[in-house]
Amino acid sequence: MPQLLLELFSEEIPARMQAQAARDLERMAREKLAAEGLLPEALTAFAGPRRLTLVAEGLAAAQAERHEERKGPRIGSPEQAIDGFLRSTGLSRDQLIERDGLYFAHLHKPGRQTAAIVAEMFDAIVRSFPWPKSMVSGVSKLRWVRPLQRILCVFDGEVVPFEVDGHVSSDLTEGHRFMGTGQAFHVRNFDDYADGLAKNFVVLDPEERKERIRDAARTLCFARNFELVEDEGLLDEVAGLTEWPTPVMGDMDPAFLELPPEVIRTSMRVHQRFFAVRDPLTGFLVPHFIAVANIEAADGGKLIATGNARVLTARLADARFFWQEDRKVRLEDRLQKLKGVTFHAKLGTMYERVERITALAGQLAAYTGASPEQVRKAARLCKSDLGTGMVGEFPELQGIMGGYYADKEGLAPEIIEAIRWHYKPQGPADDVPVQPVAATLALADKLDTLVRFFGIDEKPTGSRDPFALRRAALGVIRILLAGRVRLPLKIVASDDLISFFADRLKVLLREQGQRHDLVDAVFAQGDDDIVRIVSKVNALEGFLGTEDGKNLLAGYKRAVNILKAEEKKGALATGELNSSAPGEEGALTNAVGHMEVEVEKALEKDDYEAAMQALAALREPVDAFFDKVLVNSDVPTERENRLRLLMKVRDAMGRVADFSLVTG
Amino acid sequence: MASRCPTLASERQQRVINKGCIGRFGRVEAKVGGPYGPATFFCACEQPQILKAPMPDKPLSFQDLILKLHDYWSRQGCVILQAYDVEVGAGTLNPATVLRALGPKPWKVAYVQPSRRPADGRYGENPNRLRQHHQYQVVLKPNPPNLQELYLGSLEAIGIDPRVHDIRFVEDDWENPTVGAWGLGWEVWCDGMEITQYTYFQQVGGLDVFPVAGELTIGLERLSLYLQNVDSVYDLRYNDEFTYGEVFLANEQQFSAFELEVADVDVFKRQFEDMERQVPRILEARGRKGEQLVLPAYDHVLKASHLFNIMDARGAIAVAERQSYIGRIRDLCKRCAEVYVAQQGGNA
Repeated sequence: MPQLLLELFSEEIPARMQAQAARDLERMAREKLAAEGLLPEALTAFAGPRRLTLVAEGLAAAQAERHEERKGPRIGSPEQAIDGFLRSTGLSRDQLIERDGLYFAHLHKPGRQTAAIVAEMFDAIVRSFPWPKSMVSGVSKLRWVRPLQRILCVFDGEVVPFEVDGHVSSDLTEGHRFMGTGQAFHVRNFDDYADGLAKNFVVLDPEERKERIRDAARTLCFARNFELVEDEGLLDEVAGLTEWPTPVMGDMDPAFLELPPEVIRTSMRVHQRFFAVRDPLTGFLVPHFIAVANIEAADGGKLIATGNARVLTARLADARFFWQEDRKVRLEDRLQKLKGVTFHAKLGTMYERVERITALAGQLAAYTGASPEQVRKAARLCKSDLGTGMVGEFPELQGIMGGYYADKEGLAPEIIEAIRWHYKPQGPADDVPVQPVAATLALADKLDTLVRFFGIDEKPTGSRDPFALRRAALGVIRILLAGRVRLPLKIVASDDLISFFADRLKVLLREQGQRHDLVDAVFAQGDDDIVRIVSKVNALEGFLGTEDGKNLLAGYKRAVNILKAEEKKGALATGELNSSAPGEEGALTNAVGHMEVEVEKALEKDDYEAAMQALAALREPVDAFFDKVLVNSDVPTERENRLRLLMKVRDAMGRVADFSLVTG
Repeated sequence: MASRCPTLASERQQRVINKGCIGRFGRVEAKVGGPYGPATFFCACEQPQILKAPMPDKPLSFQDLILKLHDYWSRQGCVILQAYDVEVGAGTLNPATVLRALGPKPWKVAYVQPSRRPADGRYGENPNRLRQHHQYQVVLKPNPPNLQELYLGSLEAIGIDPRVHDIRFVEDDWENPTVGAWGLGWEVWCDGMEITQYTYFQQVGGLDVFPVAGELTIGLERLSLYLQNVDSVYDLRYNDEFTYGEVFLANEQQFSAFELEVADVDVFKRQFEDMERQVPRILEARGRKGEQLVLPAYDHVLKASHLFNIMDARGAIAVAERQSYIGRIRDLCKRCAEVYVAQQGGNA
């Protein structure tokens, strides 16, 4: 079956946009082909610095003929209506079919040639491509990510002729900007294409480029007994900056190793897109780097390595300047400067934020067991590094630099650690501060953010979460759990915010493969202590996994259903239970009474395992009760007492969790 | 302009109406009028031929670097201008770029612009940070389809061989909020060093730039450090007899002290306000031919912008005020841009 090949050749596409562009191209082509009834056997898209490529295997040479029945007006409708239908279908009266009192038109659409469909399709795709940012160039109004240079489109070995804003399709492409022949070459199919590109020093597939970089970089390191500091994000980026990726190792002045390793690595990654290199035994950085060039230079990359090294030296000299200058001003003395830094238009300055965090952290210390003096000191200084030259240059080093500068000032290790760690955790994979002072400050930082933004009604909606409030809430939950901090969230959080925490907790538990419906069952009791909620959820999950648990839940649901039905008839009688009821009814009465006492004791001690055991003791009497006793007795006093008993079962169990919200 | 367009596919498309070409890029309609006479039609279908210069065999001095670039861009048809004599923070602000990028008329220019950034002053003690550096600026409007190749040709002309040096185009979208301008493009890297800001202007003064102008900005000191393989800008050979330090060190020392310590903020604030008031006044006046005096008005915008930069370097502008100052300069710039475009016969 014929093959379709498209290449959109342009000036350099930003690396960060390439993967999505390939996905978009594939998706748009798939949808448009499917809409025309063309289903390729395989569809693949590749993106690189200068080209977006699509190859579709096994496309039919033409569309199948299509039949369509279109419903028309009623028989006997006004002539106008019938004429209109004839015009729209292009048929004559005698070609219409009469059925069920209506006219029908049978239309036969001959299948179109695939090439013609493809030409229209790519024209539409090029004109409506969803680049995150696009531009016009020269005197052309065609929007593309950077100037589009050429369109290659071949179907079944032949050029598919079309033109988009002056770009006429052809079977031509070209190779590497510097290493290729510099001549455009003709292509008949994908094999031809890939082969021609390889001969002209272009690796088409981004995965292959990444593989090449990784392998070569590791080999360069291994040869000198070093180890590559792997970085997936950086690898993706450099694979998007090169058509013929060629790692080279360069040297750095060892004197720079006195700088904090985070500074060196950030400078390498952010400014230069270098990989760092370390000693596999000590884990310390060594004075070398890996740069990924786009050419295989005749001199083996010597000039490239020395050139890159010089640029790194200039960057690190700058960093060293900041490292020296920043330490001349104490963090305490930088506080005033924060009065001029706006945190958010409605939420005042960074200085005001520091004051709030300090107060809140002091309050939280009572729950985390941290020293309130240390917490307040750390809180006062935690944002001071925002005014340093280093953080100005590398915003991602906020907190980390504050920690280093606090260290140089000789502050207590707990305070240093708290400043360094207070932004953490910054993502689901990031570490959580557990040392009490650090945990307290990290909590205060995030809770202030959450409380304030909820206060001005800046809550996340859908995919919009500009202030990363979801991440902050998840961070709070993880810190509370990791440190087993028993914090009643209500002391700071509104109801809105508490239910936001409940949602985040559900997401977290779901990701850990736990049952999130149990969160609702526990939250419904108005609990606001994350540690307790999770202990309950865990105990509950364990219990509901046992035979006793499953049966008791079934019994509970049965009781609740009966009560619901009765409640519809009118309010249920209240009053004392008959303590001397006979048989299973009496046994259940005793068991519930006993369980209530046990559950209360267990809850007081926060011993949820014991609470579950107390519940488990209820299973047999409940089963026996439903087995042997008819709730809906003819004797009204019996019936009322039995309903009261079921209420008591429901309410006593409700002390542990709202079982009606358990879905399983 | 060509009467036939070489990139056209069919005879049908070979129709040429007047001097406008319906070709690869469609016809550019130009409105008639403006103080410089009717706007010309042009065709960007033709890829300018690259007129190469031989690669130098030894590292160029600072001065020879400029001369080589002048020679190269002159061969490509650019007007070679002298630097603008009002203080600017970047070569882009020179009216030969900001204003000429607007309107329908073609333009080709290259010039060196001393660019003053008071906040970067280091008293001549930092080997690669300067309060005044020199930018080499090239603007081609409309940008020809092979602007990248033309640019790479200029690198070869100054001795950078792309077969042994790693040249890369790394995404970097340019924006200058004080003149309401932005564009898409790259920073061009040579062995990991940014040597050029390469931009396709999309807007200037808040107005669409069409036809699009391609802008190349080269930091000459940095490029020269690279070519001469020295570590301190002050050790650069300015020519065979003088070093860069001999020419500019005293300038760096004195102006750093002035701009970072001595400049009288109150005076500068007053002057800023004076300049700000002048712009509308000048724009209301008329020249001998009834034209608005946009060029002098724009000079006053530049002066205001430079005064702001000095106040900023002195730390005299609070964060909250900063946006407001930038907004004021942008508004002035926008008014000039609008008047300029109107004089050129409107946007294409």
